[in-house]
Amino acid sequence: MPEKNSRILLGHGSGGKLTHELIDSLFVKHFNNPELDRQTDAALLEVPAHKIAFTTDAFVVDPIFFPGGDIGKLAVCGTVNDVAVSGATPLYLSAAFIIEEGFPLQDLKRIVISMAEEAKMAGVSIVTGDTKVVNKDKCDKVFITTTGIGTLVEKHYSISEGKQVRAGDKVIINGSIGDHGMAIMSARNELKLSAPLISDCASLNGLISEITGASEKVHFMRDATRGGLATVITELSTNKDYGINIYEERLLIDEGVRGMCELLGFDPMYVANEGKVVVVVADEDAEIVVKAMQKNKFGKDARIIGEVVTDHPGRAWLQTVIGGNRIIDMLAGEQLPRIC
Amino acid sequence: MIKYIDEYRDKNLVLKIADEIKRISTRPLRFMEVCGGHTMAIQKFGIPSLLPDTIQLLSGPGCPVCVTDRRFIDTAIAFARLDDTIITTYGDLIRVPGSSSSLDAERGKGHDIKIVYCILDALEIAKENPDKKVIFLGIGFETTTPSSAAGMVNAINMGLENFYLHSSHKVMPPAMTALIDEGVKIDGYIAPGHVSTITGTSIYNDIPSKYNLGCVISGFEPVDLMQAILMLTKQKESNKAKVEIQYKRAVKEEGNIKAQKLVGEVFEADDDWWRGLGVLKDSGLKLREAFGHMDAERAIPVEVEKTREDSGCICGEILKGLKSPADCKLFGKACTPNDPVGACMVSNEGACHAWLRYRG
Repeated sequence: MPEKNSRILLGHGSGGKLTHELIDSLFVKHFNNPELDRQTDAALLEVPAHKIAFTTDAFVVDPIFFPGGDIGKLAVCGTVNDVAVSGATPLYLSAAFIIEEGFPLQDLKRIVISMAEEAKMAGVSIVTGDTKVVNKDKCDKVFITTTGIGTLVEKHYSISEGKQVRAGDKVIINGSIGDHGMAIMSARNELKLSAPLISDCASLNGLISEITGASEKVHFMRDATRGGLATVITELSTNKDYGINIYEERLLIDEGVRGMCELLGFDPMYVANEGKVVVVVADEDAEIVVKAMQKNKFGKDARIIGEVVTDHPGRAWLQTVIGGNRIIDMLAGEQLPRIC
Repeated sequence: MIKYIDEYRDKNLVLKIADEIKRISTRPLRFMEVCGGHTMAIQKFGIPSLLPDTIQLLSGPGCPVCVTDRRFIDTAIAFARLDDTIITTYGDLIRVPGSSSSLDAERGKGHDIKIVYCILDALEIAKENPDKKVIFLGIGFETTTPSSAAGMVNAINMGLENFYLHSSHKVMPPAMTALIDEGVKIDGYIAPGHVSTITGTSIYNDIPSKYNLGCVISGFEPVDLMQAILMLTKQKESNKAKVEIQYKRAVKEEGNIKAQKLVGEVFEADDDWWRGLGVLKDSGLKLREAFGHMDAERAIPVEVEKTREDSGCICGEILKGLKSPADCKLFGKACTPNDPVGACMVSNEGACHAWLRYRG
């Protein structure tokens, strides 16, 4: 393929002929759904008359391809998960691309196909989008923003805020922590580490519908992305009249992730995940929910990691592996930049 | 590697040592750790919650970023503002406030400041940018100095003529004796294991002989630290102050002679300034004359702004163990990891940072 046809040109974002060719040959072809096919300025959507969950997220991950995923898959999973943890059923996504002039079309194609596959797997349609091209060096390869909407039934209204959380509830997570952050770190050439760590990047809406199907007493859900498990636990306990205890020995951490965290001085509790959901469930339903989660491929390592307590209200405590106690707080200081 | 670590995080063993400390401890004792790695591990594993009320742990001047002179940062900023320079640094230093700016802020203005994980990466940058002066900011104690020394030797072997070191390397023992001279009340030192892997144990001999204080050279895992605390308690309870090695799997009495020799070839002792302690005799390391042409301060003339210390910040007292982070009126309010006033809040090995993160 001649050079000018194999790379993104400024003209691909001009709104003219090149833009239309790109939309038709790539986005419409692969995202493939009737709403997008109509190519209206705004997609017209059938939505049952429920409450709607509505979220948006920008993705700037570096590198754009990493073990376990790529920026496209991440852009779908991230938004699907934000809708799903609110207790909603994700239905439609938008996708806006900011592309650097000269970006290889092959790479864009790979990203778009990956998004299409992930959307299909998650059962959502990418129904509208936008493409902008900026001059070389004005952005780094490609940035993607996805927006998602999903419908919410009344019994799930309080899940995202955790209004029903009370002492005695159990804290559950669907598997190991820290995989995404350390996979990104290991994929970055600058560290020159070759441990094959794989991102946990996944759409969790299937798992989540099994969770809410298994119990009517799911009191809170949140995906543990940037800031890791520690941040979700802190958010859940701050300014509340209950406290949270987490037991470090119950946390599952991949050996490679642990090794790399030791090496680099990271605490895995603060390292980003892209396929992990923290669930708070009434004590009596906790085992039922764990068993239901374990049947799903994204929940086979699901486990109870802690509980909601009346002690130390507003604070989360970690019982460390050696039996000591310390506080869990938000990530302090440097985060890993461009992790998602 | 992890299986190896797990033995040193064995809950039953830790609790057994905790019981033993409780059993033998009869009076209030204060032990100071002088290594940022220890500070972090103690807080991260919740070790204070396992000790009897009689044992108190204090954090001393063990974080290299924290004790670094503000003038060092101001000078680095001045270098960064020159057109033909690239600053290479460990990530920790980048957010440390200087008198009126930080390296982070300067990077935001477009000055070329790169984070490296090792001085060898900085040498590569120098090789790739022959038309730029590449300056490496060398900080750290006995553990990081050998890598800086090796870097300088490598730079010469590589024929690099554009590589410079801006050094604030320090040695630990003068600070440890200065603290006691200043009247800081402690009953023993938990001494940094990694320092002694390089230097051996003799650097601490003065502390028991002149000051009647114990020094236990400790590893970095919970079992190590608990055992070091037990050894110090035993020493104090039996009134026998001595230098002991807890971290026997890594520390030999004579240390790493090859590394010592390398450091001695490249650096020589010099008086140096420590935050909170002031100028301490022979506590710093400067490049020997043979490497003087690669000393950034000697080789690259630059105008540095007048150093200004923040009022209200009690980093100095915290580094001396005279006050705890919670005593500082800025702690957690005007001074946070995202917007640090004092250096103790910047580095994740700093006492304030570790307190805020793990003790709230």
